[in-house]
Amino acid sequence: MEEKFIKAFKEALELEDRTIDLTDTFRDYEEWDSLGHLSLIAILDEEFGVVIEQAEFNKLNTVGELMVEVKKRMA
Amino acid sequence: MSLLSFNGIGISGLSAAVPTNTIDNLAYQNALFGKEVAHDIVSKTGIFERRFAPPGMCASDLCYAAAEKLLTDLAIDRSEIDLVLFISQTPDYRMPATSVLLQNRLGLSKQTAAFDVNLGCSAFVYGLSIAFSFLQQGGFRKVLLLDGETRSRVYSENDRKVAYLFGDGGVAAVLERDKKFGDSYFSLNSDGSRENLIKIDAGGYRKPSSADTVASRMVDDFGNVRSEEHGYMNGADVFNFVIDEIPKDLRRLSEYAETDLHSLDYYIFHQANSYMNNYLVKKLKIPVHKVPTSLERFGNTSSVSIPLTIVDKLKLQLKESNNVLLCGFGVGMSWASAILEMRACQISDLVEL
Repeated sequence: MEEKFIKAFKEALELEDRTIDLTDTFRDYEEWDSLGHLSLIAILDEEFGVVIEQAEFNKLNTVGELMVEVKKRMA
Repeated sequence: MSLLSFNGIGISGLSAAVPTNTIDNLAYQNALFGKEVAHDIVSKTGIFERRFAPPGMCASDLCYAAAEKLLTDLAIDRSEIDLVLFISQTPDYRMPATSVLLQNRLGLSKQTAAFDVNLGCSAFVYGLSIAFSFLQQGGFRKVLLLDGETRSRVYSENDRKVAYLFGDGGVAAVLERDKKFGDSYFSLNSDGSRENLIKIDAGGYRKPSSADTVASRMVDDFGNVRSEEHGYMNGADVFNFVIDEIPKDLRRLSEYAETDLHSLDYYIFHQANSYMNNYLVKKLKIPVHKVPTSLERFGNTSSVSIPLTIVDKLKLQLKESNNVLLCGFGVGMSWASAILEMRACQISDLVEL
């Protein structure tokens, strides 16, 4: 799951060449912007069947927190 | 369950008008945001050009031009028009209703019913459902549906989240009862709990216009600037809304219509941006060649985008009979879908003003 999630996350934000840590604050990435956010929404829906409402999404800060939320919603 | 069905009512003609004034998105606001921002936005949204109405030109002027063209092409006896509907969120005045002004301007009889519908991207489908409902009553002969927007004036050119998306246009449709038209089905929806996704906060009666509400201010860390009387949009949440609600609504409508969602001839979606629409089409497993788009030329024209796409892209493609899906979604949030037969529909050449 973690590997699949990281792969999808990197693809959405075009971070393929980078090392991603679960403790990274994803909004701090230079590549994070509203267009990248759209890609992330699409890939979470497509790969994991998960849609996270904005209010909930805004509470998530790190890559790891996002992954936990996705896992929780898949269950 | 807001589901409606009709038989023997349809669209006999459709026309559209756009301003000639063309905005090249790749060159737009480069001095402020830089070329790269424009390039990134264009490549994701697919919106290369838009049309902006010059000062003094209103949505109603575009609708008027489209209506004159259509009524002439169809050689319609204007005394047979019993209802004129004007759909817009950019009317001429707060009062009176623009539909009433258009009744006079188009030389329609005083016995014409006229009213406005204040909805955004869902409104063409909503408007059709209203027209069909009136025509189901024996007393109404023809309905003139006018739908126009000058969305270019709603948003701040200094807010990159919205500055590259919206354009202006107006359409006219004539609807009537005729046994040649087959079955049609509508699904209408609303969710006011999501009012803040796309909104203009001030300038209405809840928060009246004042010096404060027209003052521009920086609204985020990206340096985007707008006033409280400009529209704003939370694009990510809108996208969430669309991928969540639209497939559900289309399934509900296709079950009600007892129609396989994949059996239709054309699927015309609201033209928001190509990234969202492409994703939606992929998720719905609809063949791309059955999904016409016009956003590359006109951007997001709100409620106008569905009929404008038909005029721009399907004029030469339509056969004698075509089963189509129409689906509009946006500000409200409000969304509506229809499956209907377009039969022998007269589509006028695009009017440029």
